[in-house]
Amino acid sequence: MSPSSSIAAEPGAVPAPDEHHEHHPSYLTDGTTVKSWLLTLDHKRIGVMYLIWVLLFFLIGGIYALIVRLELLTPGPTIIDAMTYNRAFTMHGVVMIFLFMIPAIPGAFGNFMLPLMLGAKDVAFPKLNLTSLYLLLGGAAIAIWGMINGGMDTGWTFYTPYSTHTTTTVAPILFGAFIIGFSSIATGLNFIVTTHTMRAPGITWFKLPLFVWAMYATACIQVLATPVLGLVLLLVVGEHLFHFGIFDPALGGDPVLFQHLFWFYSHPAVYIMVLPAFGVMSEVVAAFSRKNIFGYRAVAFSSLGIAFVGFFAWGHHMFVSGQSTFNAGVFAVLTMLVGVFTAIKVFNWVGTVYKGAVDFKTPFAYFCGFLYFTVFGGMTGVAFATASLDVPWHDTYFVVAHFHFIMVGATIMAFMAALHYWFPKMFGKMYHEGWGLVSAALIILGFNATFIPQFLLGNAGMPRRYYEYPERYQTLNVASTAGASLLAFGFLISAIYLTYALVYGRRAASNPWRSRGYEWLTESPPPTHNFVGPQPTYSEEPHFYVDPKKAEVPDAV
Amino acid sequence: MQSSSAVAGTAGAPPVPQVAAHFASLEVQNHAARLGMWLFLATEILLFAGLFVCYACYRFLFPDAFAAASRELNLLMGTINTLVLITSSFTAAMAVHYAKEAQNKKVVAMFVLTILMALGFLVIKYFEYAHKFHEGQLPGAYYRFEGIQLPGVSMYFTIYFLSTGLHAFHVIIGMAVLAWVTTKAMRNEFSYRNYTAVELGSMYWHLVDLVWIFLFPMLYLI
Ligand code: HEM
Ligand SMILES: [Cu+2]
Repeated sequence: MSPSSSIAAEPGAVPAPDEHHEHHPSYLTDGTTVKSWLLTLDHKRIGVMYLIWVLLFFLIGGIYALIVRLELLTPGPTIIDAMTYNRAFTMHGVVMIFLFMIPAIPGAFGNFMLPLMLGAKDVAFPKLNLTSLYLLLGGAAIAIWGMINGGMDTGWTFYTPYSTHTTTTVAPILFGAFIIGFSSIATGLNFIVTTHTMRAPGITWFKLPLFVWAMYATACIQVLATPVLGLVLLLVVGEHLFHFGIFDPALGGDPVLFQHLFWFYSHPAVYIMVLPAFGVMSEVVAAFSRKNIFGYRAVAFSSLGIAFVGFFAWGHHMFVSGQSTFNAGVFAVLTMLVGVFTAIKVFNWVGTVYKGAVDFKTPFAYFCGFLYFTVFGGMTGVAFATASLDVPWHDTYFVVAHFHFIMVGATIMAFMAALHYWFPKMFGKMYHEGWGLVSAALIILGFNATFIPQFLLGNAGMPRRYYEYPERYQTLNVASTAGASLLAFGFLISAIYLTYALVYGRRAASNPWRSRGYEWLTESPPPTHNFVGPQPTYSEEPHFYVDPKKAEVPDAV
Repeated sequence: MQSSSAVAGTAGAPPVPQVAAHFASLEVQNHAARLGMWLFLATEILLFAGLFVCYACYRFLFPDAFAAASRELNLLMGTINTLVLITSSFTAAMAVHYAKEAQNKKVVAMFVLTILMALGFLVIKYFEYAHKFHEGQLPGAYYRFEGIQLPGVSMYFTIYFLSTGLHAFHVIIGMAVLAWVTTKAMRNEFSYRNYTAVELGSMYWHLVDLVWIFLFPMLYLI
């Protein structure tokens, strides 16, 4: 490895990777037994294990999605009966939310990149990190056991008093989600402490990569919101098993109280899902526009702003719950405030691309899709925040389309962008660029084709979570199902060429994108303790491209 | 943050704190441990906060039932238990004091006292519970008490059992944590450079105490 002085002079410089290479095995080759993976305390291996599991959960959730979509192909019964349909959309929601969206980016990429970006050897609590992975898997095992033995028909929102009275298997699934909540808290806590205590000399708060800022804001929400969800899940389990009556109107309880407690978590939870996506995209847009991020502080602080106001917006899910007009007005305004903070980010991303030297690689393609989904989905969110508009749209497919656009659209775009952007760093291999672009195009198209018809369906009045529907909604439902198939096909292509690249891919350079992100200051894949030789020094900002037109960033090695 | 003067000690000397390889120094490691514990305690408080919200809502909805039901609790036992817990928090704090002075025997003594008081707390709680079970002052659908027949009264006992039950569960966890730190003290591990485990253990215990300080007036007094 080159002496650190040269890195200090040139922030984007890359340590020569091949010197001493044989003495410093990468984290991938350092120990190859199964045990060395399952019991590892290395944040990079834990990140890779998260990646494998969340991809598996995504597959399970996706299969449920396709079952739901197929069933809705015709107005009457198509492939399954009504009860199975109810179970399928519940499981689709539960798996996608708790097992994919929440852990995906923090678990896989946060774990891998955060310490690298901080110049640290590991996260602050490596054992807690591993525990957090196993809590996720343990919770998943319990929940999946529940799905196989009965399933649940409440929808992922578990609304009482239905969820306390249904005869389906509520308890194990909610208990599984409770345990998964612990996993989420542990990850968030670990990231907060890591960011506070493990920054390498030279990395001040305002030199943190924006991905770290986003993970930090996410972690704050995870730590502050999840305990409340944990309690409310316990209460519902207790009530289902023992009839405590706390949410049961027959015993004096109040089901609306459940909604308050549930959305106090679940509204911020949508930012647990989408803030990491914003963080990824801030990295990607700088790297592929070859420009310093426009308005670094605004982007960093707007993450914290979103995290903060996100806690005061939950009432927008309850506009039709009998809430007073005054409350509705307050929640509407607070919700729109979230839009303001998100808009700050959008303008800064666009400002970054403006006059940049855009390198249109696969991650950038996903950035374009992301920007579109965020803006379109975000605008529908602002429309929803208007209480009077929410009333007719509530619980129609408009809701389904809205949250899929913003939450799933934006987050999946970021997940795929992260996967492609960091693939060389994580595995030391390159994938096929052409296929990357093809699959990105298919996925973006498929998403539109799936959910735009759902906006129209919702606007035309088709309620969500219905097994049958009137004839006149069929055309749009067929379109949506066709779009879902296209989407699935796009993901299939990605799965194929990425797996191929893992095995046969060309060996990646240390910094193939010539990025100035701190995580590229080490080899690809990184050695076990992240850096060989002296730690790099950090004298420049993480997204520092002096002049995008001049290739003053060292060429790919 | 940069200082790395503290490294694991030489063989033979009394146990010296271990600095894990990924930390720059012992100071950083202790700072991380403390910050982590504070955050964890914050999540615990939020967990109970959900129950406090439930209590506030139903107290607002059923003020008479809640006032009548809270008079059914045994104020004497509750007060004794409060005193027991506050005293146990004091002994836990003394343990930290002695750990800093490397008086490991006294650390053991203080923690054993704390654990004994915790046990006493649970025993008293057991008698309270037993009485409630006997009277039929039970949550939700199980409520059978003839004495008070106001709407919403079973909700009071739901919240009573849920919150004191969750608290008792924390008492048990706390006893386990303190027992584990005690075994370390028996191995003479603590000194002025290394007392983080004692400190964090008693912080947890203070949380258990603190939650009770909220539960006691909420359930017994008002
Ligand atoms: C991959 C293609 C996908 C398709 C075709 C699809 C399809 C659907 C459909 C048809 C519904 C509505 C069910 C109903 O209300 O009757 C739904 C609900 C939902 N989807 Fe997806 N989805 C997909 C991906 C995802 C992903 C990646 C997530 C990740 C979060 C997700 C999260 C949800 C949630 C949370 C619900 C709400 C469930 C409920 O309301 O009970 N979906 N999805
Ligand atoms: Cu919301």
